[in-house]
Amino acid sequence: MPRYTKTAMLLHWLVALLIIATFFLGLSMVAIPGFSPTKLKYFSWHKWMGVTVLLLAVLRVLWRVTHKPPPKLVSIPEWQHKIAEGMHHLLYLLIFAVPISGYLYSYAAGVPVVYLGIWQMPAPFAPDPELKATLKTLHYVLTMTMAASVVAHALAALKHHFIDRDVTLKRMLPL
Amino acid sequence: MKTLNKIAIVALLGVAFAASAAVLKTDPAKSTVTATFKQMNVPIDAKFKKFTANIDYDAAKPDAAKATVEVETGSMDLGDADYNKEVAKKEWFNAAQFPKATFVSSSIKPAGAGKLNVTGKLTIKGKTTDVTFPLTVKTEGKTQVFDGAVPIKRLAYNIGEGEWKDTSMVADDVTIKFHVVAQ
Repeated sequence: MPRYTKTAMLLHWLVALLIIATFFLGLSMVAIPGFSPTKLKYFSWHKWMGVTVLLLAVLRVLWRVTHKPPPKLVSIPEWQHKIAEGMHHLLYLLIFAVPISGYLYSYAAGVPVVYLGIWQMPAPFAPDPELKATLKTLHYVLTMTMAASVVAHALAALKHHFIDRDVTLKRMLPL
Repeated sequence: MKTLNKIAIVALLGVAFAASAAVLKTDPAKSTVTATFKQMNVPIDAKFKKFTANIDYDAAKPDAAKATVEVETGSMDLGDADYNKEVAKKEWFNAAQFPKATFVSSSIKPAGAGKLNVTGKLTIKGKTTDVTFPLTVKTEGKTQVFDGAVPIKRLAYNIGEGEWKDTSMVADDVTIKFHVVAQ
């Protein structure tokens, strides 16, 4: 059975784990009322994780365009391939769009992003309260779109594995 | 002749008197007081929206200069209404009990062209310390522009109590920058 390359698998699962962790950290940090060291720490970690996703997303795209994925399974009808492909494109778009919108939101709020507390990333523009409100909404909408897409993507993989009993999921597993 | 001399002396005295009491009128719209600090190494600039600066300065007699600045501690703007409320609370500025932070100069000495060394007392949250910092003065048209930065340690003034004493979260070093436009 042809599989994805080990590097593609590693990048896929690393990004998957990171976006799930970043998502739940984001939900819990905004639920903390007022102002506390824990809240500020979570905000910093959330941003570091988001920037990591963005960096890995660049690597993933570079790897994807330079390496052939395993061929399509002939047992799957073409219309399902089309949907899966559309979903993959949407997920690729979102692993860029979600962290970028968060990054811009932070700068609009006047808070620079200092990756791992070491590297202060470039400021795209000056703080702007109106832009801040817009980007906050955008970051939220994109994040929730991504959450729904990830769930759909995972359910589809499980459906192929347990119901169709094909190798769709196995091709992304190193075992 | 005698009368003319008298007039001349009176006029000169008048000029000298006016010069020694050169209390400038600050332009609050163009002036700023900003606190810069690091939170987990993230630099944050927070402006104080309400303050008054009284500067008595004559370029011909810089030694006689005097300055007082009063900042409303409850007016710090972190760019978020909720955070602004938090920093006015007891653990930070305790603006209810200590509504004003003040600086009063005790000596201002010239230190080269357009430069002054300022010493004075800085009081924040009921704690007073002596501070010395360099100040630059520029003349722009009819206005004088004063720029200075005062490095302080926030914990010396009990700013950030309890769990906020942790300097790995919010650094002890804070710089208070001011830009005063006056004429």
